[in-house]
Amino acid sequence: MDSGLSPQDKKDLDKFIKFFALKTVQVIVQARLGEKICTRSSSSPTGSDWFNLAIKDIPEVTHEAKKALAGQLPGIGRSMCVEISLKTSEGDSMELETWCLEMNEKCDKDIKVSYTVYNRLSVLLKSLLAITRVTPAYKLSRKQGHDYVILYRIYFGEVQLSGLGEGFQTVRVGVVGTPVGTITLSCAYRINLAFMSNRQFERSAPIMGIIVDHFVDPPCSSQRANMGHPCNYRAPDEEDGYAGVQDSQEVCTTSFSTSPPSQLYASRLSYHHPAQTGAAELCHPAANQGLHAGKDHGGVVLVPQPPHGADAHLTVEHAANTPGSSGGDDGLTHSGERRRDEGSSVSPSDPVESLNAFTRKIGAFVNKSNTPITAASLDLPFAAFAPRGLDSEENDPMVQPPDSPPCPSPLQASLHSQGSEGSGQQDDFVMVDFRPAFSKDDLLPMDLGTFYREFQNPPQLASLSLHISSQSMADDLDSLPEKLAVYEKNIDEFDAFVDMLQ
Amino acid sequence: MNCRSEVLEVTVEARQVEEAMLALLHTILLHRSSGKFHYKKEGTYSIGTVGTLDIDCDFIDFTFVRVSSEELDRGIRRAVSEFKDALSITGSDGMGQISLEFYQKKKSRWPFSDECIPWEVWSIKVNVVNLANEQERQICREKVGEKLGEKVINVVEVINRHEYLPKMPTQSEVDNVFDTSLKDVQPYLYKITYQITDTLGTSVSTTMRRLIKDTLAL
Repeated sequence: MDSGLSPQDKKDLDKFIKFFALKTVQVIVQARLGEKICTRSSSSPTGSDWFNLAIKDIPEVTHEAKKALAGQLPGIGRSMCVEISLKTSEGDSMELETWCLEMNEKCDKDIKVSYTVYNRLSVLLKSLLAITRVTPAYKLSRKQGHDYVILYRIYFGEVQLSGLGEGFQTVRVGVVGTPVGTITLSCAYRINLAFMSNRQFERSAPIMGIIVDHFVDPPCSSQRANMGHPCNYRAPDEEDGYAGVQDSQEVCTTSFSTSPPSQLYASRLSYHHPAQTGAAELCHPAANQGLHAGKDHGGVVLVPQPPHGADAHLTVEHAANTPGSSGGDDGLTHSGERRRDEGSSVSPSDPVESLNAFTRKIGAFVNKSNTPITAASLDLPFAAFAPRGLDSEENDPMVQPPDSPPCPSPLQASLHSQGSEGSGQQDDFVMVDFRPAFSKDDLLPMDLGTFYREFQNPPQLASLSLHISSQSMADDLDSLPEKLAVYEKNIDEFDAFVDMLQ
Repeated sequence: MNCRSEVLEVTVEARQVEEAMLALLHTILLHRSSGKFHYKKEGTYSIGTVGTLDIDCDFIDFTFVRVSSEELDRGIRRAVSEFKDALSITGSDGMGQISLEFYQKKKSRWPFSDECIPWEVWSIKVNVVNLANEQERQICREKVGEKLGEKVINVVEVINRHEYLPKMPTQSEVDNVFDTSLKDVQPYLYKITYQITDTLGTSVSTTMRRLIKDTLAL
């Protein structure tokens, strides 16, 4: 293996490969921290910047990398791999990509180690910097925080790509020939997450200013630093240690229940609480294991769940007796969900307060027809990740508008056009695939479509309710001639009154 | 020596032209820039450090890495800005090409001026489209982001073939190979040129050439 290579060159080459491996890991992990990287150029060499590139060294990452290498170097049959995975706040995890630093037997004997190999390794690192921003996991990692975090794991030995799902793609970053073999750097990444990244993770962000983390601690800012805990991947029992407070606070206002992401979210909730399935069980808390009324406040049931996978979570649900709802609640009327670390106490007033803010929405939009969907989703693992079917079209009021009730007066008709969910129509979906002009509503959480949905269906004013208004209109019209007669009779009084004012 | 020539093609909206060009040109220059050389006695030299910076695009779902050098960035932005203005003059649906050429200078004897011999040319062809509504623009944001990602992979692939690169120069020759005018980094000597194709598909320069030839022929 060393034929023709001087001892000094061999020593240099080993050093280069070792530091190249360490720098590779740093670049990959730093690219997945979720922040933009910025380092300065320096015209005077400091002597500590390997490959003439300013790449910071995060100590934990170096430590982990050295631990994985355990004094060995990447070589033929011994590859160094960095696995990047995503972990949701519910504990589901998925491998996103695996970066592999491998060596094969193809040697380039004539190449100069201290010069050409070094420079080419430098170019390869630059390529790695560029490519790490291009794979799909980059966008996901920039958005990590509330709902999921990105983890890394370094291992040495044989490459394992089975966790990447079917049809994963590979991109080769580059190769550098050396006298002892050819170094190859490549990345294999999952592709069937690309669909999810646009739908699930972006849309599950808090919507429209109703962010429910007023009442809880903000997510631990050291979440990003938790990338330095690859052990989490290997030992799921240790989940407590790293996450800090992970809040998956969702304002699951049911006005969005028809749109794919909130259903996705709701079905995720249902999947995760197998004890609470379907509409009926929410109305009968006694029959439901894990549910107990901590505080009965206007029908609110506080539900501290038993710890699940070392995470304690609090589910707040709204029971059946809100005004206007007809007991058809099911998993989709959750107004929010919170998670806390095991052992922290829950204050009952907070969820109630948050619920009161949403009461009006919950009363209006009760949805029965989705029960089969949520029940079915229980059978599938990772049901939350399954693409949503198009079955909501049957219930789409836009496609099949509900019959409008008879209108005795034009005024009533106009009053009724917007409020299609007046009394008696609470079962229908309010809106599906609402596309307001000039906006695309499924990318940004706070955009025009969301605004429309939020504010399009306020509760009707009592004075404008149909019966009263129609009655008063009719009465007014009928009584008009009499009133006129009375006024004519008292015309002298009115004139005197006017004179008095002047 | 043959000059290596690579062509990249992108289709973008008018407002995305600037960022798309910056992304690709900076990616290429990242690979073709080195730290500043400091020559010591005995003909050895040491190399400075190159920093990097992540840049998020505003009109494209894309992030690219560039060299951490404001001077270099200014130079590239100036050229891209001229290109963008020239494109917009020709009207809405324009086509153009911007070229980044790396060259070596070869000193010639007086009275001839120095020769510039290109050794690598990157040509980026740009098609500008007009979109009708916001929804299409949103889709375009993502699509162009993906396309740029593919182009970055193409660039990296070409560069990692490790084909011809100029020899590392001695101190006296360094200005023939590298651009030493910048304070913090040292890219290979490069120049950026562009040409705009009018809607008829012919480039403006060829039209002008034809006109002049015709005039002279009379």
